Amino acid sequence: MKKKNSEQPPVQGGFGRRQFLKWSAALGGVTAVSGTGVLYGLRSVESAEPFADKVVWTSCNVNCGSRCALRASVKDGVVTRVETDDTGTDVYGDHQVRACLRGRSMRHRIYAPDRLKYPMKRVGKRGEGKFERISWDEALDGIAQRLGDTIKKHGNESVYLNYGTGNLGAVISKSWPTGSTPVARLMNCLGGYLNQYGTYSDAQIDMALPYTFGKGWVKGNLLSDIVNSKLVVFFGNNPAATRMSGGGLVHDVIEARKKGYARIIVIDPRFTDTATTLADEWIPIHPGTDAALVCGLAYVMITENLVDNDFIKRCTVGYDEASMPDGVPAGNSYKSYILGKGRDGQAKTPEWASKITGIPVRRIVQLAREIGQAEPCYISQGWSVQRQANGENNCRAISMLPILTGNVGVQGGNTGARESGYGIPFAAFPVLENPVKTSISCFTWTDAIERGTEMTAKRDGVRGRDRLQAPIKFIWNYAGNCLVNQHSDSNRTSEILADDSKCETVVVVDNFMTPSARFADYLLPATSNLEEDDFAPQGFASEMGYVVFAEKVIEPLFESRTIYDICAGVAKRLGAGETYTEGRTRAQWVDFVYQQSRQQLPELPPTLKEAFKLGVFKRKNPGLPAVPYKEFRDDPEGHPLKSPSGKLEIFSKQLWDIAHEWELADGDVISGLPEYAPTWEGVADPLKKDFPLQLIGHHYKQRTHSTYGNVDWLKKVAPQELWINPLDAGERGVEHGAKVKVFNDRGVVYTIAKVTPRIMPGVLSLPEGAWFAPGSDGADQGGCVNVLTTLRPSPLAKGNPQHTNLVQVEKA
Amino acid sequence: MIKRPAFYFDMEACTGCKTCMIACMDKNDLPDGVLFRRVTEYAGGEWMKDNNGAYEQNVFAYYLSVSCNHCENPICVRSCPTTAMHKDENGIVSVDHDKCVGCRYCEWGCPYSAPQYNAKKGKMEKCDFCRDYLEQGKPPACVAACPTRALEFGEYEDLVAKHGASQVVAPLPDPSITYPNLIVSANRNAQPAGSHLGTIQNPEEV
Repeated sequence: MKKKNSEQPPVQGGFGRRQFLKWSAALGGVTAVSGTGVLYGLRSVESAEPFADKVVWTSCNVNCGSRCALRASVKDGVVTRVETDDTGTDVYGDHQVRACLRGRSMRHRIYAPDRLKYPMKRVGKRGEGKFERISWDEALDGIAQRLGDTIKKHGNESVYLNYGTGNLGAVISKSWPTGSTPVARLMNCLGGYLNQYGTYSDAQIDMALPYTFGKGWVKGNLLSDIVNSKLVVFFGNNPAATRMSGGGLVHDVIEARKKGYARIIVIDPRFTDTATTLADEWIPIHPGTDAALVCGLAYVMITENLVDNDFIKRCTVGYDEASMPDGVPAGNSYKSYILGKGRDGQAKTPEWASKITGIPVRRIVQLAREIGQAEPCYISQGWSVQRQANGENNCRAISMLPILTGNVGVQGGNTGARESGYGIPFAAFPVLENPVKTSISCFTWTDAIERGTEMTAKRDGVRGRDRLQAPIKFIWNYAGNCLVNQHSDSNRTSEILADDSKCETVVVVDNFMTPSARFADYLLPATSNLEEDDFAPQGFASEMGYVVFAEKVIEPLFESRTIYDICAGVAKRLGAGETYTEGRTRAQWVDFVYQQSRQQLPELPPTLKEAFKLGVFKRKNPGLPAVPYKEFRDDPEGHPLKSPSGKLEIFSKQLWDIAHEWELADGDVISGLPEYAPTWEGVADPLKKDFPLQLIGHHYKQRTHSTYGNVDWLKKVAPQELWINPLDAGERGVEHGAKVKVFNDRGVVYTIAKVTPRIMPGVLSLPEGAWFAPGSDGADQGGCVNVLTTLRPSPLAKGNPQHTNLVQVEKA
Repeated sequence: MIKRPAFYFDMEACTGCKTCMIACMDKNDLPDGVLFRRVTEYAGGEWMKDNNGAYEQNVFAYYLSVSCNHCENPICVRSCPTTAMHKDENGIVSVDHDKCVGCRYCEWGCPYSAPQYNAKKGKMEKCDFCRDYLEQGKPPACVAACPTRALEFGEYEDLVAKHGASQVVAPLPDPSITYPNLIVSANRNAQPAGSHLGTIQNPEEV
């Protein structure tokens, strides 16, 4: 039986009108304490109404890399206050995992008015956002039917689990990695699904840097290690905005700064919050030109004899003509390239680099001398520098600085990669194995919908097969906003999704009516993490591993269900119920994983119940900050890298071969050396005649990507705004606070201008993650940067080059 | 018992994250438009193109997190026509809602705009140092919240002994107007009070 949409909030499951009124009150502002004339220390404060009858530990599970502890006060089943870790003495190494402003606004997130309330089915055109309410049985029956039909007709490879990181870090309900989620377990019970590789965060560095360092994730020294450094150089690394947790990396830098003597330099187009507060100097740079800066620095280092020749000789290949791999013509070594003796005949002088990067010659020369003489020197890069059309080369180039100066594998040095964290062992929810081995880059799913079987290994980066067997016909989108919002070119992506003859079914499971949810065929309300038991291990802190135990704080709101129960429901309907559940309920699985974890970490409390009472389990790093690649550095022959030569490959023969074998589009560059590659929509593209400004999209305190993007408090304290330099604003008559139109060939965004000297002339930044809100004319009113970004992938990783965009801006 | 409660603010640690603001809003259930604690972004500097097309610049920027400073000479108290605004023996400046008529004189008088008008109640409201938390031996919500430990609470003299005298930075008003119980450690970007080299970058947020 179908129910009609109701304007009244649904009342069921014990969530009655009385509670609803209290919830409204919780949001509307009951002042808990009336303090008139009452003095602490004299007599008790009387509350107008006690605000809590219990306090429950929970967590903030979003994709910032950090993980924070929350303490939720609950009164009559309603969250009335959200505090954070207050345990212990807060001494570093046993410090409080203090949540940032986002976690602290959790109350306004879970009770947001756009919370999804009951299962719905699309009526009207896909993407129009018109739905009708259905029952859970109708929803699960319908999804199971369509899923079964899709598998029969197009095969398991036509089913795709879209990238989503809205619920990240918990053990059972996590939405990322997609292959470790309850949805993956469901699909693995049903014959598998099309895999994905790479991430929207770090596709290029993840793919490219191993060509220099050998297979596997390339680690960095811990940030706490900067206490041992003389100089720290961050390329676009901005922990003050990306990993804001008071238990995590920003705290690590502050602590290290108090104890250490390192001078900190930040290289970034924006004067970031890391640069304002934690750095000694900011060097602005044009987006996408980091590799050119490195070349200019290398020129000075080589010509002024500031390189560590001993380290280079022992540990690298490709630096000079004598150490080149076989089969590569002469003139392709790094030294030849830098000194102008290579194919292009261009010496990469500081003057050459200055013209490209916008950094004065004097500063480039000085910086090379500073880096060359500081022992040790910590160089790291945030992931912004690789989220570029030439991102693969940018990130490899930055790692050249520690390689040239011998700062790899030493205390206080680094690999040029982003910092590592200290973690503790913890068990995982078992998801079984995916029988399908084919995978695509997580950024190319729109292509896989449009031209699926045309996609090949050598042109599109298909793995596991030479060519896709079927286009994507069915999408699971759990706790993700990559359908339109966090993907690129929101307008084009909307068009692709709107055609339901291509991708036939889209199932969205989420908490809110996100821009992605509008494209659902079936739209299912999920519980928030405050409505279910779970735990969140590994918070990304240098010197302390921890687990946050998150007990159910309130009953599920409205008709929301856990993702586990939703998947179990579909599995049952397709005859895989027993395989899926193994006879366990969700609660039993949480307990199961907890007990498995105790085998690896016996210090954990004996029962989950006790762990929930404990809240946060912390363990200090018992040793010195870890130094990756130390064994290799000390004994390169005894501990070779997992690269073909066993050494650091300044020149990668593998990449040289790929460059010759793959089909690359015009303007795409893959090279054996970490060269500077001028790129489409880069600083020197002739397209600048029409669209003269480079646009990037920085991480913003208001949101974690798009999560928390709908929270009123956060919008108020950190509104969406376009950063523009006074010189660019002045030329266009744009004043601070004015409405502006930002546009290129792909679309139009209206937003508010923040006219500030904190961004370089010629560069704009529109903070990423704001929710796409197209008006009747199609122009976005929400400030979503991805209206302006391109679907064209990066050359090697086929990743998202989301900071490579040319645009124009004018007064609206 | 604390006699002269004060806030200490470490500009070398404040990244402008505004967690203090949200913690305060959550603790006090603040309605739209009422902020007991505000984070001001102050920045300035010039950009100059060189002969090579590159840019020289002397840009500076920093954040200040400020609430009521429970001043030694509270103008809000002096300017209150009803005696609702008062400083109690524990040094906390607060509003007696039985007396407040919502005339907003205190707000206009205060150079920090600390007293805030709650339109729904027709009364003034302000930071009360989370006196209920203090009574329970806990720090104020903003202090306990700060991810970078930029805020501290304590007896004025103790904080000065620990951190040194307050440094006076733009755009804060001259402290001799109210003698605020706020101790500030400046960072490398700080401009002296009275400097007009910078501007407040986020007027709409504070």
